[in-house]
Amino acid sequence: MMKDAWSRIMALIERDLRRFRRSPTLMVVSMVFPLIQLVVLGYAFGGKIKNLNLGVVDQDYREPAVRLKGMLNAVAANARTFKPIPYYDQRRAMRDLRDGKIDGVVNIPPDFSRYVLSGADPRVGLIVDNTDQFSSSALTASLTELLQAYHAKRPPPRRSHVATLAVVEVYPYVPYIQFLLPGTIVLAIFVSCMIGGGIIYIDDKARGLHEGYLVTPLTKFDLIMGFNLAGAIKAILSGLVLVTIGSLIAGIPNPLAPLRLVRMLALVALTALALVSMMFLIMVRVSDPLVPRAIFGVLNTVLFFPSGAVYPINAFPAWMKIITVIDPFTYAVDGFKSLVLKNTGLAAISGDMFFLGIFTLLAMAAATRLFKRDL
Amino acid sequence: MAVSASLSFPRPDYAVEAEELTKVFGDFVAVDRLSFTVGHGEVFGLLGPNGAGKSTLIRMLTTLVPPTSGRGRIVGRDVVASAKEVRRSIGVIPQAMTSDLDLSAVENMSIFAKLYNIPRDRRRKIIARLLEAVDLAQWADKPVKMFSGGMRRRLEIARGLVNQPKVFFLDEPTTGLDPVSRVSVWEMLARLKKEADLTIIMTTHYMDEADKLCDRIAIVDHGKLVALDSPLKLKASVPGRNVIEVSFSKVPDGWTDVLESLPEVAEVRAEDNVFRIASHNGSRTTVALMDAARSVDVAIASLSVQSTTLDDVFVHYTGRQLRDALQAPSASESRFLMRRE
Repeated sequence: MMKDAWSRIMALIERDLRRFRRSPTLMVVSMVFPLIQLVVLGYAFGGKIKNLNLGVVDQDYREPAVRLKGMLNAVAANARTFKPIPYYDQRRAMRDLRDGKIDGVVNIPPDFSRYVLSGADPRVGLIVDNTDQFSSSALTASLTELLQAYHAKRPPPRRSHVATLAVVEVYPYVPYIQFLLPGTIVLAIFVSCMIGGGIIYIDDKARGLHEGYLVTPLTKFDLIMGFNLAGAIKAILSGLVLVTIGSLIAGIPNPLAPLRLVRMLALVALTALALVSMMFLIMVRVSDPLVPRAIFGVLNTVLFFPSGAVYPINAFPAWMKIITVIDPFTYAVDGFKSLVLKNTGLAAISGDMFFLGIFTLLAMAAATRLFKRDL
Repeated sequence: MAVSASLSFPRPDYAVEAEELTKVFGDFVAVDRLSFTVGHGEVFGLLGPNGAGKSTLIRMLTTLVPPTSGRGRIVGRDVVASAKEVRRSIGVIPQAMTSDLDLSAVENMSIFAKLYNIPRDRRRKIIARLLEAVDLAQWADKPVKMFSGGMRRRLEIARGLVNQPKVFFLDEPTTGLDPVSRVSVWEMLARLKKEADLTIIMTTHYMDEADKLCDRIAIVDHGKLVALDSPLKLKASVPGRNVIEVSFSKVPDGWTDVLESLPEVAEVRAEDNVFRIASHNGSRTTVALMDAARSVDVAIASLSVQSTTLDDVFVHYTGRQLRDALQAPSASESRFLMRRE
């Protein structure tokens, strides 16, 4: 009897996979789209900020001020974070800053050299356009560093008692595109579930395809297993494309090591099952083909961004952390961060895997209760 | 398993039995205590205006919708208590075209055969034989999206027969097909019926289709059975053998009475300026009608004489008014892709 049920389930899966193979659009959307997102977002956010326009107002003109301007020019020539643009009038510089022609103004006050030479604390003003936080932080950081270097050139007036922080990085430098990869893998799995378990599932229902199944001996169990396993297999395929090609694009070291791939496959499969069953639970009583299309974007935003895929969870307000805690994305992203960025074993992510497993079971149990085997 | 079990089961008297079948949606009675029986090998037509309850009736008999009360039996098995066995012994072609466009004809059939657990060797033989029967053998491996509407419908009919059902349900099998495809579907159904010991229950809007294919016809209206007989007897039950449809340049007072007094007239119905006169002898009535018109100086604008058709039967039993009524939306009648294109 079980054997009969299994071959009926396999027939449902076969149908779905054959259809999948024949519709290249679907494959492109569920596999290539997340890859594009990885590359575009990775480079859009990840790069070092360069060539900011920095107005320089020197009201001092003596040797210490000239030396400082020399260092500004050195940064412009090497790190190229900014280009200094000399201004003779501070008001003019401020107006250009407000008009968006320049990104910041450095103001060297008239008494700068006097303070430097007398060993007091000289001050340099930095006025930034804080509507763009990324650019203003880059300017602030760059100038802070520069001023420290400026002071270091002079012999310290007395022994420093300031505590310093020695930072040790456990892992090699992680570019943003690599930080983004775990979230993108989960996103690919999600898009595939959304299309397969949401849009296509409801379209089939609306077209009467399900009616065709309901008059055959397929049991409720067969139908649920068939639909969900087929969806999970497709989602696993897109997940694996991201795991391999995505890792290569992002430049993850040694991306195709067999043991690593096996661990990734395990987590991809578990994530796919969790997201497929979540989608099935959401769609189990829906019959309007517009619904999955309408909630696609909302669901994507509500699940993807609070998961820590693009920004650390610790920065979230309390209400958003509530979503974070129940969002299966969070656990999948956390798991993939361990595997992708730190190359850990599965033991390190057992908590994530446990949550995803429990989530799958609960969602399936609820959906099974709601699923109707008649019209 | 279940198929062979049903063979050893003593053959019941009827292929299909409906006993006071009723379906109520909220406070709307879609099917109202319908009772009938269909014999083995019979082709049984269900006719009725839109919203008359035909589809709900079929859905109850095919286990898709549980009846509110009453019983339905397919080859002796209850559609609720023995739904699983019933599903093994029926084939259903729903109104919407439901084959997978991306798959080939064979793949479509093969997947359905697997849903019935038909073993591989038998599966291959049955599929080859059925595709032959519906004249699609040469297109067996072509994707269905390249098929015309008629070819798709024939494929679906073949798919519905893949489990060798005892009772075959067809919901408007030729709606949306061009005339040539319709004829080919008819021929195929006639052939299949002859070859297999198949009982067919079909709904249709085309009276010529029902006339040609059905052994008996049930006319359903407002969820109730209003007439049930062979096409021939149904036509005989309508007053008159001919219908004269006539319109005049002007209509004098008391004109209907004049028409009713003409020889052999059984019934006169007037709609605006068009009169439908049921007559036992079309030519005698027509001659007398022309004399009567001439004598009062009324010109005949148009005139046609026809034999009574099932259309007349249909109109006689269900009336002529349009049935515009709101229906509860159902899952299968959602806002897009529902009807076949």
